[in-house]
Amino acid sequence: MIGIHMLAVMLLITIGFSAVIFRKSLVKMVMGIGVIGSGVNLFLVSLGYREGGIAPIFTGASTELMVLPTPQALTLTSIVISLAVTAMMLSFAMIMHSKYGSADSRERRLRA
Amino acid sequence: MSVMELISANAPALAIAVPLAAAFAVPLVARAGGKARNAWALLSFLVTEFIVLTLGMQVLSAGTVVYTLGASVPSLTSPDGFPIRIILQVDAMSAFMAMISATIATLVCIYSLKFMSKRTGLEKYYALLLVMAAGMIGLVTTGDLFSMFVFLELLSVSSGALIAMYAKGESAEAAFKYMAVSSVGALMVLFAAGMLYAQYNALNLAQLASAIQFTTIDKIALVLLFAAFAMKCGAVPLHMWVSDSYGEAPAPVTAALVVASQAGLYSLFRISFTLFGAVPATELLGWAMIALGTVSMFVGVTMALPQKDIKRLMAYHAVSQTGYMLLGVGVGLAVLTNPAAMAAFGFDAMRGGLFHVVNHALYKGLLFLTAGAVIYRVGTKDLNKMGGLAHSMPLTTIFFIIGALSIAGLPPFNGFASKLMIYESVFLFSPVLSVIAMLVSILTLASFVKVFHSAFMGPKDEKLAKAGEVPAAMWIAMGIMAVAIVLFGLFPDVVIDAVITPAANALIGQAAYIGGV
Repeated sequence: MIGIHMLAVMLLITIGFSAVIFRKSLVKMVMGIGVIGSGVNLFLVSLGYREGGIAPIFTGASTELMVLPTPQALTLTSIVISLAVTAMMLSFAMIMHSKYGSADSRERRLRA
Repeated sequence: MSVMELISANAPALAIAVPLAAAFAVPLVARAGGKARNAWALLSFLVTEFIVLTLGMQVLSAGTVVYTLGASVPSLTSPDGFPIRIILQVDAMSAFMAMISATIATLVCIYSLKFMSKRTGLEKYYALLLVMAAGMIGLVTTGDLFSMFVFLELLSVSSGALIAMYAKGESAEAAFKYMAVSSVGALMVLFAAGMLYAQYNALNLAQLASAIQFTTIDKIALVLLFAAFAMKCGAVPLHMWVSDSYGEAPAPVTAALVVASQAGLYSLFRISFTLFGAVPATELLGWAMIALGTVSMFVGVTMALPQKDIKRLMAYHAVSQTGYMLLGVGVGLAVLTNPAAMAAFGFDAMRGGLFHVVNHALYKGLLFLTAGAVIYRVGTKDLNKMGGLAHSMPLTTIFFIIGALSIAGLPPFNGFASKLMIYESVFLFSPVLSVIAMLVSILTLASFVKVFHSAFMGPKDEKLAKAGEVPAAMWIAMGIMAVAIVLFGLFPDVVIDAVITPAANALIGQAAYIGGV
């Protein structure tokens, strides 16, 4: 069974990859990585989702159906890490823009 | 409880916590001046090194150490029937890698004390270096797929910032490339972790390994993990970040990056041997590793030959040498299910590959540090602008010769000891591969003869005449590595018996890893 959220995950990851691979602008590449990250985060959260479940807080909890806490913890960590990665990569793009005058991946100086 | 007991009881957690906590204290201590900052950084690295060595001794003498974070009794892996915890599992392989990471990171710190002293922003430099060490040690000691992702990202972000340390256009470009490749790879690790978690409700490596069914989703997860970690260790065709980032990073950072790549290599081995060690695809995986290794060896060395930039040239050699490790361990993986072949040559090939890991960390680290010493004195990375440095930098020249002969696999240096093991055992598996490995060694020697000739030989250059020997902190770090290279080359059996054989056994012994939790 593939739910609508799994289709969304696949779509997001595909969009992200195509941006990273085919876009020439460094900022768009960073955005692509962000979109892949969102796709993976959506995947994790939807894994733990249970129809009609309540928030997984154990203190004084009833025996009602809860959503899984672990994937949420993972997602939270992953969001924080993506923030760090995005900030870092954008600052590299800024340095390159100020030194080369463009943020285009074709304007590279390093040669193989 | 005495301090010693406290350290040995909590060594796995402290090995990560000490460098991490020390890192965030660096900017604070730096307010008391440059000397205090340097002393603090050095002290933190030495303490980390001590803790890791304590942990290593513990593991080598008493077997796998398991540490559950946040548990009242750390050795219990499922206290109070609550199984989802972060567990650090340190077997001989992890301990081996952690000791390499901590040792090289400490030497890099000693070297940096002088090498970086004219730069600004050093409190950030040492903080990032400590975070990087924490990332490496965490990556190799964790027993949990999700923490693997976290430490991988910790390592990537800190290394990315260190690569761009000089804030030049080129270094930002190299760092951007490194981060783009690393973060996509790490996201794929997380994606794969999610896939496995969805099926088995576990993130613990041992728990997953015992439950794995090898469904279609598992196969997808395996491919994602394998590709991500092959990228992280810089194997061809995912090597394009290596030449840029090794070439543009400050020299001591490059030496640390070599061990960072090897932490990626460790993860690749851990995934292939432990997580997917019981599935019917180990032979195929082994062949994939052998193919990656052979291509890396050959492409790396042929790309290195025409380089004019000393560090870029060495970076391609790092790709090439990683190929040897993949080849050796890959042969072991390919014959994992065949006990006769394993006993005849597979185990030796694995030991050769793993021995090459520590040897590579030493000689490649030394070579990058000598390149750094040359850049420190001459101020250029271009081989065509150097010459006659042997007159003014005799110690650096000697260290360079030791490193170059070792990487080319000449006796009596450590590169020879591990390469010989790989040649002999791989020859029994497939003579062609062994011949390729020897050919690559010859090309490596040719390439380093070129570097030696253009940088160190020739008449004394008037413009470079003021270049003297490097300061003590730098040659002491290089000297320790050089002495280790010679000792490992003269007494390979001691190292192999003490560390390498337990590490190889730990990789093969999947059941023991599962039983540890």
